[in-house]
Amino acid sequence: MSEFSPQIAELDGFIDTLDSLEGKLIVVLHKAQNIVGWLPTEVQNHIAHRLRVPASKVYGVVTFYSFFNTKPKGKNKISVCLGTACFVRGSGDIADEFSKRLGIGVGETSEDKLYSLDSIRCVGACGLAPVVTVNGKVYGRVTVKDVDNILKDVGGNA
Amino acid sequence: MINVTINNINVAVEPGSTILDAAKQVGIHIPTLCHLDLHDISMVNKVGTCRVCMVEVAGRRALAPSCSTAVTEGMVIHTNTQRAVRARRTVVELLLSNHPSDCLICAKNRTCDLQTLAADLGVREIRYQGVHSKHPKDTSSYSLVRDPNKCILCRRCETMCNDVQTVGVYSAVNRGFETVISTAFDNPLLDTSCTFCGQCASVCPTGALTFVNDIPNVWGVLNDPDKFVIVQTAPAVRVALGEEFGLPVGTRVTGKMVSALRRLGFDKVMDTDFAADLTIMEEASELIHRLQNGGPLPILTSCCPAWVKFIEHQFPELLEIPSTCKSPHEMFGAVAKTYLAEKLGIDPKKIVVVSVMPCLAKKYEANRSELSEKEYQNVDYVISTRELAAMVREAGLTFNELPDEDFDSPFGESTGASVIFGTTGGVIEAAVRTANAWLTKSDSGKVDFEELRGMKGVRVATVEVAGTKLNIAIANGLGNARKLLEDVRDKKAEYHAIEIMACPGGCVGGGGQPTHHNDYSIIKRRANALFEEDREKPIRMSHLNPDIQRLYDEFLDAPYSEKAHHLLHTTYSKREL
Repeated sequence: MSEFSPQIAELDGFIDTLDSLEGKLIVVLHKAQNIVGWLPTEVQNHIAHRLRVPASKVYGVVTFYSFFNTKPKGKNKISVCLGTACFVRGSGDIADEFSKRLGIGVGETSEDKLYSLDSIRCVGACGLAPVVTVNGKVYGRVTVKDVDNILKDVGGNA
Repeated sequence: MINVTINNINVAVEPGSTILDAAKQVGIHIPTLCHLDLHDISMVNKVGTCRVCMVEVAGRRALAPSCSTAVTEGMVIHTNTQRAVRARRTVVELLLSNHPSDCLICAKNRTCDLQTLAADLGVREIRYQGVHSKHPKDTSSYSLVRDPNKCILCRRCETMCNDVQTVGVYSAVNRGFETVISTAFDNPLLDTSCTFCGQCASVCPTGALTFVNDIPNVWGVLNDPDKFVIVQTAPAVRVALGEEFGLPVGTRVTGKMVSALRRLGFDKVMDTDFAADLTIMEEASELIHRLQNGGPLPILTSCCPAWVKFIEHQFPELLEIPSTCKSPHEMFGAVAKTYLAEKLGIDPKKIVVVSVMPCLAKKYEANRSELSEKEYQNVDYVISTRELAAMVREAGLTFNELPDEDFDSPFGESTGASVIFGTTGGVIEAAVRTANAWLTKSDSGKVDFEELRGMKGVRVATVEVAGTKLNIAIANGLGNARKLLEDVRDKKAEYHAIEIMACPGGCVGGGGQPTHHNDYSIIKRRANALFEEDREKPIRMSHLNPDIQRLYDEFLDAPYSEKAHHLLHTTYSKREL
């Protein structure tokens, strides 16, 4: 038994529903990240074993796509859109502000595991640029001054 | 057929041909770097990433990569216009802008494709100053050294490891400038399922994949007056070493090799071929024992350390079936440090056994803990054919003018059966020769088992031995071995014996051999040279080797005896995938 056994069992349940294992690596990785929150080595190895592909290939795919996380994420996931529209409307400064307030860089998780700060590329709401999402909730037309309020919002949750 | 014009020459080519294929047909050389098509072993690396082979196609605005552009009817191609050549040079300069310029001390100096290309294109300055990749070097293994900073991302190693060998150690990791060919989770090679076959290094065009250099260790013991250094040479070395000194491919240089080794200062120059005969005594006995005692069958040959590691990782459920015989050079080490030590009156701890091998996996094998006695390894150091050539050059020997000399006795005598160990099919043919003679109780029976020869990846033949039909399968290349093993595991095929060699073509195509520069006919010509040597040998069956007979009489009792088991056999263990 390991730390991830229950999640791996859940993932196995999903893999068992697939009619074929060919070409399913990304689908399974999505599901795994959904269940575990990130993709620990143990989970990647397990997926390699189940899908009968080399672990190196799984790792290659995981590191290629920025969507996949190889480190645990915080309880609250703050993502700042750095897509073109958001960026020209100042989202870079917003990301910097979050970074300063949380004491972590983009792509990092705070030591108390409460916050993760990430950049994302376009959530398809360019009309609301610049956009920040917190645990899936979208904040539009965000300014540097709003960072405080957003963190207070989240704080109630933390 | 499709008609095209290349540099004003008309040529008709098969549909589906690339511009590169068509150019080759009319003798026009287009430089390539990432492209690699080893048709004989079904290895095609056609990723089209390096952009070195760019050519001009009339009517197209952009240059076309010739390796991955199919010809079309009436296509007009120019391969060496100023525009094409400039583009090529720019590509190479860009590659060099992120490449260490330590050619003088690089292991691939003089055999590096990138170096040759830069020279051919007359690159005299690198106009682009960019960031250099800084990845750690992987020196974890006993066999291979990975220096990702010299990697040009051609993906040849990945294709070789994943598609041909089906080992799957390498993958491109990360993206963009950060991309690196790495292992799963960037683990050191020693901790992966790498078999150390070294085929990745054989096809690597740069110094990104090279082998562990054991030359300093060997010079060290040669210059230590307290050590008695015995060298042994594998069969495949003698038919390839000459290439390093400009001799035609397939030249047999056995005598000159012996003479060179003596001049390098080895105390005894002996032959792994002798130990190959010893292996056959044990392996043929084991085969007969298993045939007569209800298995387990098939028996799998166990001479190839890369293949042994492959089955330990990939088919742990089949570890009952490989022969328990140590590989020949390990058997040599075992008897050298016991029987021979006693005969020479030398303390085994003072004896150093050096193996000259066509193989990089042997370096790893020599360090396996099973292959040792209490106080010492059976074999101390392994150098490759290329390392031996380097030592000969370092010592200033004029190899081609050396006299032909004979191996030292008593481990220098060998038979034709042992010579062919160096090529695919050779080990099993040698075993069948002796098994057949023993079971028919006649030494005048069949010697040439032509049905077992050839270069095809998987071969199956039925051989009649003393009235019994033996189904024999042979695989070279680990991808082919995997197919055979899956059939055995799933009980889809019934074989009595299987020979497996990890490298395409067998040991003649080993990872430690002189670089074949992507010409596979070289491997075949080396194999032919081994069969030539076999035909010329007065004795062609292992059990008739008089020195082998003496070894059993004086020391080992009988083949497959308890003493033989202790010294000459080994065990295997499951390894993680």
